[in-house]
Order: sequence, then structure tokens, then C-alpha cells
Amino acid sequence: MTVKAINPNYSGRYRDGVENFHGNQLLNICWEKHTMMGWPMCVPISPNTTFKELLDVVIPRIYSMHPQFDSVDLYKAHWSTSKGAFIPDMSKTISDHGFKHKEQIRFRTQPLSNNPHRG
Amino acid sequence: MANGKKLNLKQNYSMLTKGLDWEPSYQKKQDIFPQLEFEGIKIHDWSNWEDPFRLTIDAYWKYQGEKEKKLYAIIDAFQQNNGQFNVTDARYVQALKIFINAVVGLEYNAWRGFSRLGREFGAASPRIAAQMQAIDEMRHATTQTHACSHYARFFEGMGNAPYQFDRTWYLSIPKSFFEDACSSGPFEFVVAISFAFEYVLTNLVFMPWMSGAAYNGDMSTVSFGFSAQSDEARHMTLGLEVIKFLLEQDPDNVPIVQKWIDKWFWRAYRVLSLVATMMDYMLPKRVMSWDEAWTIYYEENGGALFADLARYGIKPPRDADVTIKEKERLSHEMWSIFYANRDVVGFPLWLPSQEEMNWMSEKYPNTFDKYYRPRFEYWKELEDNGTPFTNTTLPQLCQVCQWPCLFTEPDDPTEFSHHQTEYKDEHFQFCSDGCQHIFENEPEKYIQAWLPVHEIYKGNCILDDVDPESPDYNPMVEAIRYMGLKPGIDGGLFKEHNDAMNWEKWTERPSNIHNQPATDFVRKTGSDK
Amino acid sequence: MNESKHPVFIAFQANNDTLPIVNAITRDNPLAIVNEMPAMVKIDCPGRLVIKRSSIEEEVGREFDLQELQINLISLSGEINEDDDEFTLSWN
Repeated sequence: MTVKAINPNYSGRYRDGVENFHGNQLLNICWEKHTMMGWPMCVPISPNTTFKELLDVVIPRIYSMHPQFDSVDLYKAHWSTSKGAFIPDMSKTISDHGFKHKEQIRFRTQPLSNNPHRG
Repeated sequence: MANGKKLNLKQNYSMLTKGLDWEPSYQKKQDIFPQLEFEGIKIHDWSNWEDPFRLTIDAYWKYQGEKEKKLYAIIDAFQQNNGQFNVTDARYVQALKIFINAVVGLEYNAWRGFSRLGREFGAASPRIAAQMQAIDEMRHATTQTHACSHYARFFEGMGNAPYQFDRTWYLSIPKSFFEDACSSGPFEFVVAISFAFEYVLTNLVFMPWMSGAAYNGDMSTVSFGFSAQSDEARHMTLGLEVIKFLLEQDPDNVPIVQKWIDKWFWRAYRVLSLVATMMDYMLPKRVMSWDEAWTIYYEENGGALFADLARYGIKPPRDADVTIKEKERLSHEMWSIFYANRDVVGFPLWLPSQEEMNWMSEKYPNTFDKYYRPRFEYWKELEDNGTPFTNTTLPQLCQVCQWPCLFTEPDDPTEFSHHQTEYKDEHFQFCSDGCQHIFENEPEKYIQAWLPVHEIYKGNCILDDVDPESPDYNPMVEAIRYMGLKPGIDGGLFKEHNDAMNWEKWTERPSNIHNQPATDFVRKTGSDK
Repeated sequence: MNESKHPVFIAFQANNDTLPIVNAITRDNPLAIVNEMPAMVKIDCPGRLVIKRSSIEEEVGREFDLQELQINLISLSGEINEDDDEFTLSWN
């Protein structure tokens, strides 16, 4: 049963279909292990954004508030989704990578200091 | 009764509950009480229901009247004596903002929910108990509003509670919790609210936190808190009575009730997690840590309860072990995300002082020095350098509890917990296995969630006076305005906040007892001269 | 008589109305432990706790209706049994 309701065959109205986002899709991005801002962030993004643009523009916009972000080499990061690790193709787009609306992607970088809990 | 002899408690209760009911003659019972069957709960004999307090409406008015007189005498005295300036410092008041903006809306929704039960239950005794509880809940909403309204004359961020409750991003957490319950069937509602929320968990809010309010000199809050809690004791009793009644009526009810206990324990725990930060970070003088409170009120007292219910085949809630693993980090993880996002919340944030961090090291010996002290010390350095850390991107929210997915793995505080599922070819994200499990049991309910982050990105969170095509349109500033928050005033750093400035100007005392005064208004005395 | 030793508790506002009630409870329940916190007094007891009208009446020196407990009650844990003379909390 998909819901316990007083009317049989009740179905809910899904509010968050991609058609509501003005041509964008939502992408959830998580910088793993960096617990001071490591919870997943949610951004609206064009499905035609290339992975290179993601690394050069979108991700820096999120994480540049981190004082040591400049020392991070995103091109050496390790990437994964809930389905496991993947190797991004810089010239290909979000949708080429098969990331649907509301997908979550995660990346890992080298620790920024001797004490990982400082960043 | 002709001889005028006083009835004893049990006789009086029977006359004034069951004695008022009647059997319908020209309508079918099923038509009068249409909500009682679809949840699968089987009730064979409603007459087995009994309120252990045996409270009847005459006694109810008498004792509630006395409680109100006591409460308003204190609130009057508090207001006449400028009690708002007798609390420990202005940081304490920030916790009251969470109270007025988050809790009062819950009380009001509880009134809605119990009003429905007062109509829908199949016998007079439980209907009367529910009606009295509905009146209680409305009393709580009004007394809390009344008490906090006095604070609202002197402090920011407390004057717009119902508006904010319906719009502010983090207030969708309590709002969606209660609306989830109100849109459930009547039996699920009563198990959710009376049992899982009130019996198992609200002691954490009203006992250690209210005792903490007293300890910090807030006569007004402790009075409405304890006055509400005196009703709560009756509600909790109803909650336990409900569970026993359902379990005794039919063995088929046991797995249904177990599922509701599992679900609503987790839902209620996630909502009440906010209290963890209120206890550990927002009380300038502390009575007990969240960890200690959880140990006493859930593990010991809740343990006794579930040991008692084992005879019916009821087990402790599915995710109880996760709550125990999280208790040593919950408040620290939440305070961190509130601090990082302080420009979009309705109250200002601060970093714990050395003295406070030492208290936390003592109370959280396994986690605080290892994970959280280094982070707060780093953030302190950044504040001191004039470049305080802040986050400007909206978080991914949990589809069920609506918290940002800020929680870490039960067995590893350095890894955030990721849970994703697909339903009808769409992705859904969750903060925890507990919330994912709830979604997967009833996806058609939770796909409808009004998630603030998504609504902002859809462009739904702007006021009518805003033109999103205009060149100086700033979607974040407009979303904050839409949510009833004043950009640049309500959130931010405490030491720069109006409340801190005004407090020092009006009281000549430090706005943060653990730090240097933020202004020159604080009177120099003794060796400080 | 039940065998459970799991704790039951009752908590009252700490004030002049409840002082005699707490005294009566501690007299009637030798195993009760009184925990005083700011503005609040919490009484824990293993398995069973009984509150007797007659004991409270001796303490307050007037007639007492056990339903008056509600005015200053903060919380409780345990299954309740109440009649005109006794209010008990217990676990099975």
C-alpha cells in the first residue's frame, strides 16, 4: 500500500517535478568529510552544464566561503553517487552523465590541515 | 441521588462520560463515525476505555481555572517588574524565539487534531478526553503567545509567529510533522501525538528545559511551561491508555500500532532534536546536557515503559538505537549548521566560549574535544580575523522530516548520512534510514511535501511587491522577506545584533555573560574599572 | 503485587503547595528518591509509588482531594490507578 487513506486508490500530487524549475534541474552536491560545510547542498542547474563548468563555476560558488578552498584541486577529486564511484568526463554535460533531477553527487578531496575537524 | 449523597470518583466519572452517551436509532454508527475503520484498527468494545484520572468536565473547569489564575498572577508580576531583563543574558532570549515561532504552532495544530478526535472517536469517554485535551492545547497556544508577547516588545524576531510558522524554512520541520499527524487517521494521530510525542518524548522539552528556564531567571516561561505540562501529564496518561486499549482490543492491532510507534517515535525525535541545541547552547546557565536528558528520559524512563509494553508483543521503536548513538553529537551538529546559515534564520548565533566548551568537554567526553572543539576554535579564529565563516547555499532537505541532511552516520561522526530512493522514476533524498523507511511505507503521502528549498528555487517564495525580472532582484533576500524574517536584522552574529546592543543599553549588563560586553554601555564595577 | 523494579516517577512544581505532598510521598514510599531541580521536584521510585490522601491530609491539616494534584503536576511515568483514597503509579 502506498498510503493509508480513507479513499481507495488515493494518490498524491508530486510538487517537485523538473518542469517546475524554469529549465533547470536540481543537483545535490556533497563535499565529503568536510564536516564544517559537508552536508549536501542543493542548487538549480542547467542540464546542459558541462562537468568542467561545474568544477570551474558552480562548485567554487558554493564552497568559496571555505577559507582554504583555493588550495583544493577539484580535478583530482574522487566522485561518487549513491550507485558508486564514477569518473567524470569534463566535456560532457550533467545530463550526459545521466544525473537526473534531484540526483546527489559527492566528491572527496585531500584533507586541508593536520586536524581534519578544523575544516 | 435523591438522598444527596456525594458520588465517588468512579461513579461520577461513569455518569458524566458514558452516562451522557446514547445509542443512535435512525442513523448507522458507521455513518456517524466514518473514520474508524480505514486504518485497519479493530475495536470490539469501546466501553473498556477509561481515563485513569477519571476527569470530568466539572472538575476540569475547576482545576483549569485555578491553573490559569496562578499563571496569570505570575505573568502579571513578571511584566510589572520588567522580568524580561532579569534573565541571565540576552542569548537566553534567543531560545524563546524558537519557542514562540515553532512550538506555539504545534500547540495550535494539536488543538485541531484533538478537536477532530473529540468528534470522531466511537465512545463518549475518549471523545470527552480528546475534547478536554483540545481545549488544553488552545490554552497552551494562547498562554504561550501571551507570555512571549511581552518579550516581543523588547526583542527582535518574536512578533510574527503564525506567519513565520507557515513560511520560514526551518519551521517547516515542526509544521510538516504536525500536519503529517493531522492528515493521518484518528488512531494513527492519537498514537503519534499522545503516545510517541507526548508520552515518550515531551518530558525532554518541559522538564529539563523548563527547569533551565527557571535557572536562568525566566519566571514567565517556566510558569507557562509548567502550567502546560500539568495538562501534559494528563495527555501522556491518555497516550498510554490509548496504546493499552488498542493492544487489548484485538491482536491484529499489534503490528499496526508497532509500525506507528516506530514511525512517530522517529518523526517526533527529529522534531525535538531542536531542544538539544536549546539545552546545550542556548541556556547561558545549564542544568543538564542533552546526552544526560536523553539517558534519563528516554533510555531509563522510556526503557521502563517499553519493558511494560513487552507483554503485548510491543518492541522498543525501530530506530531507538540510532538516537542513542546520536546523543553525543546531535546538538553540536545542529548548532554548527545554524551558525553557518545564521544569515537566513530568525535569531542570531554565537560560538560557545572557552568556559562553555569546557562544560561540553566534560559532558561529551567522547566527542566534543575530538570533533567539535577544533571546528569552533577555527571559526573563532576566523571571527577574530574579521572573516567569519558563513554558508550561502541552500541545503539538501530530507523529504520526510524536512531537516537539512545534516546528520552523520550512526557509527561515524565524520561521514554525513546519505539515503536516496527512487519512486515513480523520481529521486528522493533523506537524512536517515528512519526517514527513508517512513517514505517507503507511504510514498504517495510524502511526495507531496512542501520543501522550502525547492519552493524557493521554483520561484514561489516572493512577496507580491517583488518583480523577479527586475535587474536588482536578489532571490535570497526576497525569500527571507517572504519567510517573515527581516534581512540583516533577525539573524547574523549575536555580538552585532540589536538584541545584544539594546540589552547592554537598557540593563548595563553584558549581553553574553561569558564574553566581554559588546558595547560601552555596560557599567564598570569593582576590579573591572 | 507487581514485581517490576523499573522506575516510575512523578514531578511537581517546587512550591508551598507541593511541599506537604512531597513529604507525604516520601513518608509512604521508603524507596522513593527525591531529585530537586530548579523550580521542580522529581520523585523516582522503583516499580511502584503510592500517594495517599490520608497522608497528605495529615501534612496539610485539611481535607484534600487527590485531583488537586493536577494543579502542580509537571509529569509522571507509570500506569496510573486513582480512586478517592489513593493514586498509584506502577509498571507490570
